[in-house]
Amino acid sequence: MKDNGNPYKPHVATVEDTWNETYGDRCIKTFKVVFDDEKVRESWEHLPGQCAMIGLPGVGESMISISCSPTEGKFLRFSVMRMGKVTQALHQLEPGDKMNVRGPYGNSFPVDEWKGKKIITIGGGIGQAPLRPIIEYVKANRSDYEDLTVIYGSRTSSDLCFQGELEELNSCDDVSCHLSIDVEEENWSHFVGFVPSLLMDVNPSPENTIAITCGPPIMIKFVLENLKKLNFEDDQIYTTLENRMKCGIGKCGRCNAGNLYVCKDGPVFSYATLKQVPEAFA
Amino acid sequence: MEHLKLSKDKLGDFVAKLGDKEVLVPQKEGEALKFVPLTGDSVPELDYANTSVPPKNAVFPQTETMLRFEWGKMETTAVTGEAKEKVFFGVRPCDARAKVIVDKLFTWDEKDPYYVEKREKSTVVGLACAEPCSNCFCTSVGGGPASTEGLDVLLTDLGESYLVQPLTDEGQSLCQAASDDLEKAAEGDVQAAEKVHQEAEKKISRQIDTGGIPEGLPGLWENELWEKVSQSCLGCGICTYLCPTCHCFDMQDEVEGFDGRRCRTWDSCMFSEYTMHASGHNPRPTRRERTRNRINHKYSYFVDKFDVIACVGCGRCISLCPVNIDILDILSKVKEAL
Repeated sequence: MKDNGNPYKPHVATVEDTWNETYGDRCIKTFKVVFDDEKVRESWEHLPGQCAMIGLPGVGESMISISCSPTEGKFLRFSVMRMGKVTQALHQLEPGDKMNVRGPYGNSFPVDEWKGKKIITIGGGIGQAPLRPIIEYVKANRSDYEDLTVIYGSRTSSDLCFQGELEELNSCDDVSCHLSIDVEEENWSHFVGFVPSLLMDVNPSPENTIAITCGPPIMIKFVLENLKKLNFEDDQIYTTLENRMKCGIGKCGRCNAGNLYVCKDGPVFSYATLKQVPEAFA
Repeated sequence: MEHLKLSKDKLGDFVAKLGDKEVLVPQKEGEALKFVPLTGDSVPELDYANTSVPPKNAVFPQTETMLRFEWGKMETTAVTGEAKEKVFFGVRPCDARAKVIVDKLFTWDEKDPYYVEKREKSTVVGLACAEPCSNCFCTSVGGGPASTEGLDVLLTDLGESYLVQPLTDEGQSLCQAASDDLEKAAEGDVQAAEKVHQEAEKKISRQIDTGGIPEGLPGLWENELWEKVSQSCLGCGICTYLCPTCHCFDMQDEVEGFDGRRCRTWDSCMFSEYTMHASGHNPRPTRRERTRNRINHKYSYFVDKFDVIACVGCGRCISLCPVNIDILDILSKVKEAL
């Protein structure tokens, strides 16, 4: 939405639906929102991997990844962990309430380049939010891609986001979903252990494959190591970074990782790029 | 464009003819010398080395309102279109160059409407340096005591008068409006001004060859020099607040009664909260990482993106650091380590 004259002025959107993905101190709530202005609704375009600044006047804004694929419809989804002032206020919103949205920001996953390839997503905790649009996008354009493998874990079963829809993936052809939790629980039939171990257990072949990972920095570190053990090349591995942001348009300065602005050059980077940036995994 | 001459006793008349534009001149405010609007019929006092505060505040205010809203409502109104025509009078060439450098940041990709409208309504009358300060190093970073980059008019002090050199159409029309006070400069005046410029350049005592620094800096990531140069840093941020090229900002909402505003304020990469995530994780947890980022940003990242070093060698960060951290000292340690 670069034509509204002022890149800092947000649009107004209405919460159509909202539900808790997880509960507890750092609970995650998903918001399905629709722009109030029909022109904005029609002209908004985003791709998997992009983010938006969402917030409330008088409270502030936070950069949140858009957790739906454009193929799902003329709405946006944000899955927000309750963390600070803005996310606390957002969590109070009920259906019919409004929020501010500006964006979309950043680059996106190179979904066209990846046509004809196998796709693996490897997520941990809230890190599944930016991976969800890729899964939905590949599902919607199923014939453009080969096998889709989803690897996702969190600390406990009640910390898993999108669990229902992820389990449903196993009923699709050429799509598999592998879930894990860190420690044993009653009635848990999936993997027990950390996500990097689950990755080794799934043991994907690197042939004609793209691996995309997002999660806590420590998980990403070991996922990268394990992908290398599985003989993935640097340019077959993608991740999406997050840093504190204020403007979203490469001005305010703070989101840089080395010479890259996460808000403009990212948030999606290949490991081949990030390897050159010493601050990338700080 | 033709060189002109302004007798010093006509300076007040010249400035008065700038019409209804706001004229910002260096004036003492408490301890600090900074650019403030000229009032009444006062005459600018141009006998100074450099202002302690650069003139960036007038185009990139320390605090400015971006959006207004009524508390409880979702609609916001952008606060633009209120910029006034301004003339910066007596700006040193380093500070004028800084504006050109900061322009690159605020106009790349999406333009920043708040900065751009103020910048477009600015005319800059520069004053060549005759007596550089002890920490000036403009000639090491692409500038000079009579650099014309970012200026509409350059003045050079010739003792009893100023040589007036219009450099742009805006500068030309400004001089035309005051043509009664100006006379045509003689060949000797132009030569005298050149001599002032050359002498000033010789008086710049601090130098560094920046060759190799932009490419080499990222390779010194884990070098022990960062620990050493940041040990005495207090994290006060004055090096960035007083830097004419520093441009980082924060955005905050404020509400008073029903009047709400979203404003931006200068921020500093030397503060720990600058990069602190909501989770409490901080990618730059100590002053070592923050100092390393400040130097890398100015001397490497900015060069990568915009092809120019984001430092004009004004020396303020050296002169005003409370613990005498010296950017040239850091840069020479970088050179040694390369």
